[in-house]
Amino acid sequence: MDKVVCEAAVEIRNADGLHMRPAMQFVDVANQFDCDVTVSNAENIVDGKSIMQMSMLAATCGTKLNIKTEGTDAEEAINALRELVEDKHFDEPTPGDQEKR
Amino acid sequence: MKFADFVCFEAAIPELQTTDRDGAIAELVSSLDEAGRLKRGKRKDIIKAVIERENEASTGMGKGVAVPHVKHSAVKDIVAAVGLSGSGIDFSALDKQPVYSVILLLSPVDSPDRHLQAMENIFRQLQQEKFRKFLRQCHTPEQIEDLLKEVDENPSLG
Repeated sequence: MDKVVCEAAVEIRNADGLHMRPAMQFVDVANQFDCDVTVSNAENIVDGKSIMQMSMLAATCGTKLNIKTEGTDAEEAINALRELVEDKHFDEPTPGDQEKR
Repeated sequence: MKFADFVCFEAAIPELQTTDRDGAIAELVSSLDEAGRLKRGKRKDIIKAVIERENEASTGMGKGVAVPHVKHSAVKDIVAAVGLSGSGIDFSALDKQPVYSVILLLSPVDSPDRHLQAMENIFRQLQQEKFRKFLRQCHTPEQIEDLLKEVDENPSLG
């Protein structure tokens, strides 16, 4: 099968940023797929399947990250990861939610 | 953020007395309390909060290290304490292996960004095999302080 490469630019929207719990959710989702997952910010490129490496991104609320997936199921993986970060924002409150309260 | 910006060196414990997870957490929180880094009378509340957080998901990331942490209103400013165990502690780590180096991180509730920056620094070093090895070889609080300050100055040494 052909190798598929997908990329997505996402923004961290939950108020507490990518702390350990969201990072673990990300790694858990990434590990459901066979493809390679890398995540980068302005300075680093890390393995999206490693909790230690993901914790090194220090992605605060508002940080923009680039997710890259490579492999046969790259497209499913990128969709699932983008949904987790941008639509579900890790099931955590966003700054907008806090203002509404 | 550098280690020297948030690690309380005087609270370091080169040989933890307990060999269980909750005991190690209690020792490190107590050590920070004795160093005056927590609000008065809140030691038990913080120990309980760290254990509850640990029960949700282990911070034993594998490779013999764990980073128990919590955000708590009784924490004045972000602070960490390092504890080492020669015999190893069961932290229910991801790789099921014992933990020899514990870095406890306590953050106030209102500064999530500084919490992330401290975590970034901790994991940047813990990722490196040499750093993990050097940390395990420390036997005194001074050696721990020297190592952390050395990697602050020269991150690639780790």
